[in-house]
Amino acid sequence: MKNRWIKLIGFFTIVTMLTGCDPLLVLDPKGPQAQVQAKDIMLSIGIMSFIVLIVFVILAYMLIKFRASKQSPNYKPPHIKGSIMVEVICVGIPVLIVAYLSIISVESNYKVESPPEKYKNEEPLVVYASTSNWKWHFSYPEEDIETVNYLYIPVGRPIEFKLYSYGPITSFWIPQLGGQKYAMADMVNTLHLAADMPGEYMGRNANFNGKGFAENTFNVTAVQQAEYDNWVKEVKETADMLTEEKFNTLLEPGHVGQSTFNGTHLTFLPPPEGEHGGHQHEKAESKDNKSLQNNH
Amino acid sequence: MDYFERFAIPHPSPAIYASMVAIGLTVIAIIVGLTYFKKWGYLWREWLTTVDHKRIGIMYLISAILMLFRGGADAIMMRAQMAVPDNKLLDAQHYNEVFTTHGTVMIIFMAMPFIMAFMNYIVPLQIGARDVAFPRLNALSFWLFFMGAMLLNISFVIGGSPDSGWTNYFPLANNEFSPSVGTNYYLFALQISGLGTLITGINMIVTILKMRAPGMTLMKMPMFTWSSFVANVIIVFAFPVLTVALTMGTFDRLLATNFFTTSDGGMDMLWANFFWVWGHPEVYILILPAFGIYSEIISTFSGRNLYGYKSMVGSMVIISFLSFLVWTHHFFTMGQGALTNSIFSITTMAIAIPTGVKIFNWLFTLWKGKIVFTTPMLYSMLFIPTFTIGGVTGVMLGMSAADYQYHNTMFLVAHFHMVIIPGVVFAMLAGLHYYFPKMFGFMLNEKIGKLTAWIIAISTLLAFMPMFFSGLDGQARRMYTYTESTGFGIWNMISFIGAIGFAIGFALIVYNVYYSIRYSPRNIGSDPWDARTLEWATPSPVPYYNFAKVPHVISTEALWDAKYNQHELFPEKYEKIHMPNNSGVPFILGCIFFAWGFSFVFSMWIPAILTTIGIFICMALRSLEKDPGHYVSVEEIKATEKKMRGVQ
Ligand code: HEM
Ligand SMILES: [Cu+2]
Ligand SMILES: [Cu+2]
Repeated sequence: MKNRWIKLIGFFTIVTMLTGCDPLLVLDPKGPQAQVQAKDIMLSIGIMSFIVLIVFVILAYMLIKFRASKQSPNYKPPHIKGSIMVEVICVGIPVLIVAYLSIISVESNYKVESPPEKYKNEEPLVVYASTSNWKWHFSYPEEDIETVNYLYIPVGRPIEFKLYSYGPITSFWIPQLGGQKYAMADMVNTLHLAADMPGEYMGRNANFNGKGFAENTFNVTAVQQAEYDNWVKEVKETADMLTEEKFNTLLEPGHVGQSTFNGTHLTFLPPPEGEHGGHQHEKAESKDNKSLQNNH
Repeated sequence: MDYFERFAIPHPSPAIYASMVAIGLTVIAIIVGLTYFKKWGYLWREWLTTVDHKRIGIMYLISAILMLFRGGADAIMMRAQMAVPDNKLLDAQHYNEVFTTHGTVMIIFMAMPFIMAFMNYIVPLQIGARDVAFPRLNALSFWLFFMGAMLLNISFVIGGSPDSGWTNYFPLANNEFSPSVGTNYYLFALQISGLGTLITGINMIVTILKMRAPGMTLMKMPMFTWSSFVANVIIVFAFPVLTVALTMGTFDRLLATNFFTTSDGGMDMLWANFFWVWGHPEVYILILPAFGIYSEIISTFSGRNLYGYKSMVGSMVIISFLSFLVWTHHFFTMGQGALTNSIFSITTMAIAIPTGVKIFNWLFTLWKGKIVFTTPMLYSMLFIPTFTIGGVTGVMLGMSAADYQYHNTMFLVAHFHMVIIPGVVFAMLAGLHYYFPKMFGFMLNEKIGKLTAWIIAISTLLAFMPMFFSGLDGQARRMYTYTESTGFGIWNMISFIGAIGFAIGFALIVYNVYYSIRYSPRNIGSDPWDARTLEWATPSPVPYYNFAKVPHVISTEALWDAKYNQHELFPEKYEKIHMPNNSGVPFILGCIFFAWGFSFVFSMWIPAILTTIGIFICMALRSLEKDPGHYVSVEEIKATEKKMRGVQ
């Protein structure tokens, strides 16, 4: 019996050690937004472990102290009425914890919903990220280029993703740069991310959208500004023009590899943006994207 | 031939053909068996037409257990597919069908009937009533649930399973992206069984409000009755939302309306809102009766009255209220802005407070008690730590900024399994062992029972704890495969081992039933656990009129008062008892509803119209029918009581 427990514990230690060398993606942030989230997560894990521990200790104490086999056969448990003191403590402490977490939560909400504080002096790079079954289209209106299934971004500059979908709801997620947000057909969502250091990051659609869901991924490469400029220049020189015809074939369901184009589909197929800042079901009249915010 | 093609399975596999053969053979075996043993009459008289709440409870119980195995088989397939990277066991389409059916079956057709089984069986007994308020409607509720379940369960052999997740998010679930009839099955199966649930909700509320024994004020109701009452109030408020959402979804799919489409003014997030306005309260519909069962068991086996009765009731009422104010936490990431997320983040975390109160009350019930470790108590004690882990991770998810990282990942899957399995499944198994002697007149074997409890608890940890890690490592939920380089392999392997453990645990439960039928002693009396509440004041198994005399109640623990505080529980004389007559109509109406749903699934309009007319004819016939019920004479009662108790 004892042996089995030791083995089990040993097994778990090894497993945690093994993965310990390779930190979990979400807890290994590479951008300010992911950092906010990782900090919240670690903090809440700490507080929650404390609560779990208290419950375990009380439970263990009760079970050991009051089990029938330890008591005299004629012991009769008394009828107990509650005590106000105990109830106040039982409600009070959770209230304090929840209140504290609420403050943290609200603060973080505003942080992850706005451009990262750290880079507030930089002009954000706007990238339109749209999905069609089962691929990602990234349009760079500033550079007038478009990529499929991969992203190139400069480090140290806020990126403003504009998310929407040509079909089912999808969710744009780059765990190491920040949490996800939905891309939907009838509106454009904004997600603010930034990368602190160069690297390759995993990106994917996190919301189930049918058969090709598992492979609905993209690569993110964060590079220094100069390198980014080079990449843009190279694309402008070498890539084909994105025509409406070509884009329509891309929209058909299926998987495709990575590709790069000159021009964006935004010119002939504008995103579902409008002036009302919520759901708009008519085509956009204005293409001045910066002034538009989406809050529903 | 064209006509028949739509009934074919869009993605057949050897496993499906094998299941078809198995289903066919089972049906034939049942028919032959019933005919050979001349049991058709017995089946019809004693079960199909019964209006006895206890029999209906048992039918719910059997259905729930069958569905547990159905959903469990799906779970094993999923975990087997995920156990190693790049596995080829299932393809994407099958995996999607399997997790969709798994989720739907487990929540709607396993957990719901399980709590319904206990509500039906226990509540009338606990409040000293002879039946529910509307016995015939109660039978109808069961048959609607059952037919809905059967409708979903034939989908995989006729026409194809639903494949857009148990949450069935539109526009994915719309014709354009889910062309097979699978989603129609989902819509109609939930619609029909949901109707049954709503009817039960009304029935139980009336029963509890109107049929309590003399002396049982609201604040003297046992905790399980209280929890059922609150859950049924939630049902009555939440289920109509589901009905409306399913109807709109049906219109979109069958009549080409555009409520949830991506064009012509459809709003894709409208479905998500409706779904979770029902869906979040739904998880409390499941958990509150489970809490009720734990309260009964913990107080029985601590030999103590429940600590903090009033705060238990209060916390449930607060939870039921808050459960309607948090639905948006299921889509914090839908772009609703920081303010909305902040509000829902706070209301969500607030639910942890009343939940915490309940945990502390159970812990304090143990204080100065005399704790006996029976199987039901063991489940309850294993529930507290595991559920606490699930609950605190819920609070973590409730922090909306962090939820951007957890949402749609295995972390979420871990959370809800760590609340639902200890919360609901353990409670149901605890309840099964606890109430088994009351239902069938003998006990389940304690040794096997305790071993099973340990196996299931350890399997829960093995199966779901790794998901917290793989989720934080970026594993999204509902991916049918992953590559070696992601590093998810190890977590999923441990999880698979846990799933095998579950299979062993559930197999042991079946073995336990078989073993106990053969070897358990039958002379256990009416109160084998030294319990405290009224349901144990009846003989086991319970005679169909429940109480020969009406009980009188002075506290929350009527039987305890009678046993140890010189309270006279049955002060009245024998009187003749009025009981309802059996009826075949609920069963027939259920069958017509099944045909109705099936017709709509395949857009067969003529049968759809005919069955609709059939439904109205049944209802009209019922309203014209005069059925005064019947009386059980004093002599008959005395004879029955003598036979059952051996006295009087
Ligand atoms: C302490 C109380 C709880 C809190 C704070 C809480 C919080 C949450 C949150 C925020 C989510 C959404 C996460 C996401 O989608 O990213 C969630 C999901 C879920 N919770 Fe809880 N929860 C609690 C208790 C429960 C209980 C008692 C149950 C069931 C009996 C439950 C069942 C579920 C289910 C089934 C889902 C996921 C549904 C799906 O997406 O398929 N939760 N919970
Ligand atoms: Cu929207
Ligand atoms: Cu919820």
